[in-house]
Amino acid sequence: MDSKQISEGENWDIVIRAEKSPFALRLQEIWRYRDLLTLFVKRDFVATYKQTVLGPLWFFLQPVLTAIVYSVVFGFIARLSTSGYPRILFYLSGIIGWSYFADCLTKTSATFLTNQNLFGKVYFPRIILPLSVVTTNMIRFVIQLTVLAIFIVYYNITGLKIIPNEYALLLPFLLVLMACMGLGFGTLISSVTTKYRDFQFLVAFGVTLLMYFSPVLFPLDSPQVQNNETFRTILLLNPMSAIIETMRFGLLGKEGNFELWGLLGYSIAFTIVLLIIGLYMFNRVQRTFTDTV
Amino acid sequence: MSKTVIQVSNVSKQYRLGKIGSGSFNDDLTRWWAKLRGKEDPFLKIGEVNERDKKGQSDYIWALRDVSFEVVEGEVLGIIGKNGSGKSTLLKILSQVTLPTLGEVKIKGRVASLLEVGTGFHPDLSGRENVFLNGAILGMSKKEIRSKFDEIVDFSGVERYIDTPVKRYSSGMKVRLGFAVAAHLDPEILIVDEVLAVGDAEFQSKCLGKMKNVAGSGRTVLFVSHNIYAIRTLCTRAILLENGSIKMSGDTDEVANAYVFSNRNLNEDKLVHAWKEGHGRFEGGELLEAKLESPDPVLSKKTALNCSVTLIIENDPEMVGLTMHLLNEDDLVVFASTSLEDLGIRLAQGRSRLEVIIPSDLLNTGTYRIRLMMVRKNRAILRADDVLIFTINEIAEKDERLFQKKKGIVRPALKWSLTSAE
Repeated sequence: MDSKQISEGENWDIVIRAEKSPFALRLQEIWRYRDLLTLFVKRDFVATYKQTVLGPLWFFLQPVLTAIVYSVVFGFIARLSTSGYPRILFYLSGIIGWSYFADCLTKTSATFLTNQNLFGKVYFPRIILPLSVVTTNMIRFVIQLTVLAIFIVYYNITGLKIIPNEYALLLPFLLVLMACMGLGFGTLISSVTTKYRDFQFLVAFGVTLLMYFSPVLFPLDSPQVQNNETFRTILLLNPMSAIIETMRFGLLGKEGNFELWGLLGYSIAFTIVLLIIGLYMFNRVQRTFTDTV
Repeated sequence: MSKTVIQVSNVSKQYRLGKIGSGSFNDDLTRWWAKLRGKEDPFLKIGEVNERDKKGQSDYIWALRDVSFEVVEGEVLGIIGKNGSGKSTLLKILSQVTLPTLGEVKIKGRVASLLEVGTGFHPDLSGRENVFLNGAILGMSKKEIRSKFDEIVDFSGVERYIDTPVKRYSSGMKVRLGFAVAAHLDPEILIVDEVLAVGDAEFQSKCLGKMKNVAGSGRTVLFVSHNIYAIRTLCTRAILLENGSIKMSGDTDEVANAYVFSNRNLNEDKLVHAWKEGHGRFEGGELLEAKLESPDPVLSKKTALNCSVTLIIENDPEMVGLTMHLLNEDDLVVFASTSLEDLGIRLAQGRSRLEVIIPSDLLNTGTYRIRLMMVRKNRAILRADDVLIFTINEIAEKDERLFQKKKGIVRPALKWSLTSAE
């Protein structure tokens, strides 16, 4: 066997060893694989509605159908407050925002499990897959936003005045915030579920629960929230609350003062901490997960 | 000396056997507790040699233990070993799919690893879309794939189906398309795991040819296969893994021979020139003895081999004949010969002794085994494997180059003559 030979020049391209800093994000490498990212996005897009007649129309139909169901159940039957907005607009705006966050979370949280076969055979920066999920959903979010726009235009034609105000400009920022939050939760959960899958069962349940404790159904100024201190506290602790409220405030053009800066600050801080923990865990797990998955 | 492009030093990999559940959770806690107190991982001290067919004491095994080797630029290194010897683990570490428990690997240059053909194919996407996806997964840029697309499709031979979803493909077509993409990777180092085992004969030879091209173009290749023939033809050097450690490394032919022998639990000491005992009974008779008329089972190529078999027929023989198979190291039957066909010898009742001569200057150097079969009406009624085992050695000649093994299954001494010269 060859013993330790001194090789000329110690500039190795790849060094594989057990100890590696879990904080090394290796952004350069991710950049090198950007084509893979776009191809994953394309794959997810094309593959989702293959063999359906309506095809991409489902992107529009899904939130609209859900909004109709919510309008009937929570609005018409349960008579929950919609802060004075038309029901469809109220629920649709909430659903579009929420489903972006929820999809990012649930899909990225299954990263390791659904791709174990791929990860076991070939190396590429694992973070590419969660990033592709976030990007795919982002495109979908933008498409769904046009549905909301169509509804707003419709209401304006029928005489109701709903004009987005300057806070709608916060939307891109909110989108990134949601993406980071979904990514943070998702990477954290996917790291924990590779070895012990118990968490996997909690994800879907947890996301649904979180939605009930968010302004998607209960706006902050509704009597249910105002009159119940515990419920109000939980709602304010939900990092998505500020985002949903701000989206509605801007897009549906609410009158009055914008009082959400504090809450938004909380969401931002929460997201930053969460994302750091999530990426740290993800990086730690990705190195050896093929052995334990 | 050419430069080292892969340096593997003291690589070990530990795996935990059994299920992951509350038991492994306990171990995790113990490990975490040890780490918290700044102590070494307690489970690294235990662990057994990985012997697949033996029941062990510990839940921890070393799939690889202290593996070190180097690969220089342009080398084609074959890695051989039985199932579970650590080949795949080694390749996984080299292709960064998993990390070693101890030790390190250093690599210079762009690596492409092909542990599976068609990794990441999406069944709902068309062949065209999958070529791009698969190429990107293997590390190609879109531009690169686009420029090679026609070549890839051409190589795969599935042009007609290129816009059909891959789920409608036959498994062979999928493999073809997958290998075609991989074959057009342009890495400095290529790591290939047993991909030739799939696909039809035509495609296999196409793949082998492509691999030869890659190897010939000065790129470094690491190749794992059970196909000893492929290893012999492609590799310049080989490593034999056994139970997670390197058992042998060096010249491809030597290592390949060692592997073939270790597989059969045979070694040089077990060469037999005479066989006598047991297992020779068949319906209506017994095989008594087989012998090479040479006291030494190591022979020169220049000597003819006289092989004799003694047997007894007890009952009335009805077309009973003796068949001999000569097998080489790769388990290939070099030739078969039967007493019935060649000489029309039908064995009479009683004790007989048959002799056959394997001519000189026919076999190539190497180790050969003789299998004897008793045949009645074209049906084998007895099969005795490895009855005689012998080695043909090269005899020293003036020309040094002749010490190398020549290509070919047989090596007959043919007469060459010059019929015209100007």
